[in-house]
Amino acid sequence: MKISREDVLRVARLAHLELAPEEVETYRGQLDEILAYIGKLEELDVSYVAPMTQMRPRGARGARQAPGGATGPEGDAAAAGTEPELRDDVVVPCDVAEAVLAEAPDAAKPFFRVPKVIDR
Amino acid sequence: MSAAPTWTIGSVRDALVTKRTSARQLAGDFYTRIERRNPELNAFLALCPERAYAQADRVDAMIAQGQPLPPLAGVPVAIKDVISTQGIRTTCGSKILENYTPPYDATAIERLEKAGAVILGKTNCDEFAMGSSNENSAYGPVRNPVALDRVPGGSSGGSAAAVAAGLAVASLGTDTGGSIRQPGAYCGVPAMMPTYGCVSRYGLIAFASSLDRIGPFATNIADVATVMAVIAGHDENDSTSASVAVPDYLAEMDKPVAGLRIGIPEDYFGAGLDSEVETKVQAGIALLEKLGCQRVPLKMPHTDYAIATYYIVATAEASSNLARYDGVRYGLRVQGNTLMDMYRKTRERGFGPEVKRRIMLGTYALSSGYYDAYYLRAQKVRSLIARDFAEAFEKVDAILTPTAPTPAFRLGEKTADPLEMYLADIYTVTGSLAGVPGISVPCGKTAGGLPIGMQIFARHFGEDRILQLARAFESAGGFSI
Repeated sequence: MKISREDVLRVARLAHLELAPEEVETYRGQLDEILAYIGKLEELDVSYVAPMTQMRPRGARGARQAPGGATGPEGDAAAAGTEPELRDDVVVPCDVAEAVLAEAPDAAKPFFRVPKVIDR
Repeated sequence: MSAAPTWTIGSVRDALVTKRTSARQLAGDFYTRIERRNPELNAFLALCPERAYAQADRVDAMIAQGQPLPPLAGVPVAIKDVISTQGIRTTCGSKILENYTPPYDATAIERLEKAGAVILGKTNCDEFAMGSSNENSAYGPVRNPVALDRVPGGSSGGSAAAVAAGLAVASLGTDTGGSIRQPGAYCGVPAMMPTYGCVSRYGLIAFASSLDRIGPFATNIADVATVMAVIAGHDENDSTSASVAVPDYLAEMDKPVAGLRIGIPEDYFGAGLDSEVETKVQAGIALLEKLGCQRVPLKMPHTDYAIATYYIVATAEASSNLARYDGVRYGLRVQGNTLMDMYRKTRERGFGPEVKRRIMLGTYALSSGYYDAYYLRAQKVRSLIARDFAEAFEKVDAILTPTAPTPAFRLGEKTADPLEMYLADIYTVTGSLAGVPGISVPCGKTAGGLPIGMQIFARHFGEDRILQLARAFESAGGFSI
């Protein structure tokens, strides 16, 4: 057994989820089964493998060089296509405040209203 | 069995130009069909006739004035309900967004309408695109138009069913682990997942940001290519969208395929593959060989680890992305005595069981003490899976596999066992993790009449190569092999 009732309750608390008592056992069993399956990843030796942290596919052209210059002609990150593409920071009008607040369950312009957080 | 779809992008254009119908009339005809078929299919969650007719009138005015028509002029399309549409309710198949109306359009929507497309409405899907059968929608499952007791696949089940049933000429879905390709296979229509970064995700409500992609369903490859040409290309509002020139898909599509090397990974033809699916896909491969393609046996040794990797990476990202649904800024709010109480009650009431399960799995994988064992390890295995593809594409131009291990299963058949449901994506998640493009094309039917899909992968930004092979396959009769 990989996961206990306490684990489920701890995770639910971290994720801001409230669970009914009968749900706790259902999720425990299901998460346990899924994690047992995921355990097969332990079969692989990944000690010399770098994690894939960026989804910048190879072949994505147009990535700009990092300021300050990179080591190679293109830089390692650019060569691997992992360097994020940046655009110029230009201010554009963004007149959406009213439309955005209109979607709020409770708002008092220009604020979202929530239950009192600070007692004083 | 439904009537086969009768309209294509080409035939719509032809009918409009020769004035056999108008864009307004055509939109009305589609709404009539939807009214008739949707009660049993449940493919549409919302219709937007006002917007559709306004767009149709613009197209009709262009025709009346003899203006040149954009590529999708008057073409009725349907949009998966995870893609933002200004002023049209967008629920993500979830109760937590039951009354949510986006204040802006996704880039893909803007581009479709600029190209003349008429958006009919929003299609049903698994809640937040999490599912493989469309049974996780808070608004009820979609039924497969080919066999009403079967699932349409998921999560873009509504978009696939709408096109298969002739309720839209084309549609947009999203694919995170197979959510375009697998329902395409189950419903018997071509369905394309573009390269990560090829189509802007701006306005796509996020599930797993390093995996999510928008792509089209249509009834034929030329239509897939036409929609791709409209939606592909760099967008400065999506920092992950790539500045890659969009090839002329329609021109590339018709190039001969003789001499192309097609890789067949043995790892996709092992235990768990339905024998009828295997037979048809092998026949599909043989057909491409007959057209002059060269078959290259491949090994992609990390294929078997893809589902495990995916369900860590995707759920970890989901747990973070879905933290925004807390009852403060949009969507459902359930009142609570404290802020925390409000968050918890809102999320408890608003999310369905699969979404909660994935949020918990992702939270667990990212939590202190488990991060290295699960998330970091999965990210490393993801590198190995991507490497499998990179090495394969040194030897071949495309990779051919079944899209799904079985044809469409029955409603309710897998709902009790989440893990078994996850395994329906076993051949599609690999390409999702690697970021490469893939298509599912119809590849015959089972003896019982259920559609079978064949999947074609190409290297990053190799959409043109995929369309070329798919088009040759279609022209040679592969769809009904």
